Amino acid sequence: MTAGSAAPEGRPPGTPPAAAPGELPRRTPPALDARGLGKRYGRRWALADCTLTIPAGHVVGLVGPNGAGKTTLLNLATGMLEPTTGTVEVLGGAPASGADQLAKVGYVAQDTPVYAGLTVAEHLRLGAELNPGWDDELARGRIERLGLDQKLKAAKLSGGQRAQLALTLAIAKRPELLILDEPIARLDPLARREFLQLLMEATAEQELTVLMSSHLIADLERTCDYLIVLVAGRVVLAGQVDDLLASHHLLTGPRRDPATLPADQQVITASHVGRQSSLLVRTDKPVHDPAWTVANVDIEDLVLAYLSRAASA
Amino acid sequence: MLWLTWRQFRAQAITAVSALVALAVLYGVTGVQLAHLYHASGLAGCHPRADCGRLASTFTSQLGPHYKVLLDLGTVVVYLVPALIGVFWGAPLVAREIESGTFRLAWNQSVTRRRWLAVKLAVVGLAAMATAGLLSLIMSWWAAPIAQASQIPGSTSFPMGAAGRLDPLVFGSEGIAPIGYAAFAVALGVAAGVLIRRTVPAMATTLAGFAAVQVVWPLLVRPHLISPAKVITRVNPNSNNIGLTFNANGTLTINSSWHQPGAWLLSNQTITPDGKVFRGANSKACSNPNNFHACTNWLASQHLRQLISYQPASRFWAFQWYETAIFIVLAAALAWLCGWLITRRGAA
Repeated sequence: MTAGSAAPEGRPPGTPPAAAPGELPRRTPPALDARGLGKRYGRRWALADCTLTIPAGHVVGLVGPNGAGKTTLLNLATGMLEPTTGTVEVLGGAPASGADQLAKVGYVAQDTPVYAGLTVAEHLRLGAELNPGWDDELARGRIERLGLDQKLKAAKLSGGQRAQLALTLAIAKRPELLILDEPIARLDPLARREFLQLLMEATAEQELTVLMSSHLIADLERTCDYLIVLVAGRVVLAGQVDDLLASHHLLTGPRRDPATLPADQQVITASHVGRQSSLLVRTDKPVHDPAWTVANVDIEDLVLAYLSRAASA
Repeated sequence: MLWLTWRQFRAQAITAVSALVALAVLYGVTGVQLAHLYHASGLAGCHPRADCGRLASTFTSQLGPHYKVLLDLGTVVVYLVPALIGVFWGAPLVAREIESGTFRLAWNQSVTRRRWLAVKLAVVGLAAMATAGLLSLIMSWWAAPIAQASQIPGSTSFPMGAAGRLDPLVFGSEGIAPIGYAAFAVALGVAAGVLIRRTVPAMATTLAGFAAVQVVWPLLVRPHLISPAKVITRVNPNSNNIGLTFNANGTLTINSSWHQPGAWLLSNQTITPDGKVFRGANSKACSNPNNFHACTNWLASQHLRQLISYQPASRFWAFQWYETAIFIVLAAALAWLCGWLITRRGAA
């Protein structure tokens, strides 16, 4: 899967200048670097031949329909699963390879697991006991703002409150990479906004990379500056949102066979109604053909185009 | 990690301590009475050649029926506790985390899975070993007067404890062996949980597996831990210690009784001069039940020997140490397997 790979050209932002001769080059390792990564369950490939580099410092949205392999990719990145093929490195290290590696990655699994028999306060104690970088002030402040009773057992919390507790644990351990599997799905609209705000704050004040999966494109639009689209176990699109939006155009004009387009224009979707053609094309060069009306696309158009292309392929 | 492990184990620990305290009170009170009876019987200072056997018989006959009940109950408890510990502490230890999904929370803190498991196993394993050890200590102390009385040669009537401490029904409820069983049961339970990944089936498997080991071990393995002592004696067909059984298929079996206090009898065979087991075939002299004298004369002419294979009572502690060490090594091997499984195979 090289068409969707997104190895950044040149130096990613924040990379120190090239090392002096004789020194080992020091670079900020990518948040995630997958090479030919695949996971098979029986005869079904949940994720297949995934080659993907996510540079550090982004809020990354991982989008795809149910069963596309989003959770599998995140579980591979956290070392909860062993790959069938290929390799994956997270922040330059093998997932879950040691205490230091674990400290660098925060993960909230899809079902936001917490210990039913432990109180909210005991969960904070758990976080403090098990994480050397624990930020108790941050954790307590967040629990207070959420209005959670610290003496309440986790079994008595609502789904949204449990999700908030799990998120607090993951954020307060001060990871470099925060991985969230469908974090917003369980939150009510207010909590959703509060959570996304907190994410923005956290990414602004510390060097935090966020990798979150979602099928709610609207939420990703507000927060993510990097996008990965996953369909049927394969990466079909990956890149910085700005670049993706700049390189995709919606062309409308008189009916035309897509095969007659210039070589640099890659057709993602095409629809022909009557005498009119409507094409979504990817190109790095400006479109000069006066026959076309050129319009910009938004994230939702883009994601839907790639999803429908993958569905019809 | 220690705090979390203790917090998750707290309820079980409290249950165990309560049960231990209740048993300690019950056996403490009756044990003091038992020790008092033993002291009053004069067995402690008896002369081995003269009156020990008589005093021992008197002592055991004095014990009321409730001592028999307490002895049996204690034996059952010491046998049962390692199994219960394996089922209720070992099996859910990892299986419940997998089943409820909390392993995803635990394994994403800054603690490796190996350490997470090691601390859990250490805390629960040591608690299990301490519980089993304390119980065995209480029971061994309580039953010591009865065990001592039963070891005395010549004490003829034993209402209880006659079997000796090496007897398979007694051995595992005394000394330090229960500590080894408890460690093994915990590790077996955890391994079942890691492999099956569901709590209740893991508990059932642990119970079945541990029970199977407890049955098979004394039958097939323990007798060979130390090579058995052997005695060969001449069979005297006229002796009172000989019983003859005429089998339906025309063969003849000789049953020679043999007794040594506290010994564990493994086999008792009658052999012919060329070393084969005597089956009593072709014994025409014995075909007429009315002429018993002809039969014994014929048997005497066969130069039969009695071959006894047994473990003497003096080997009790050697067996205890061997068995405890073996079960602790087995537990360590299972623990290592669990560690290997949870780091190798992702559980997501």
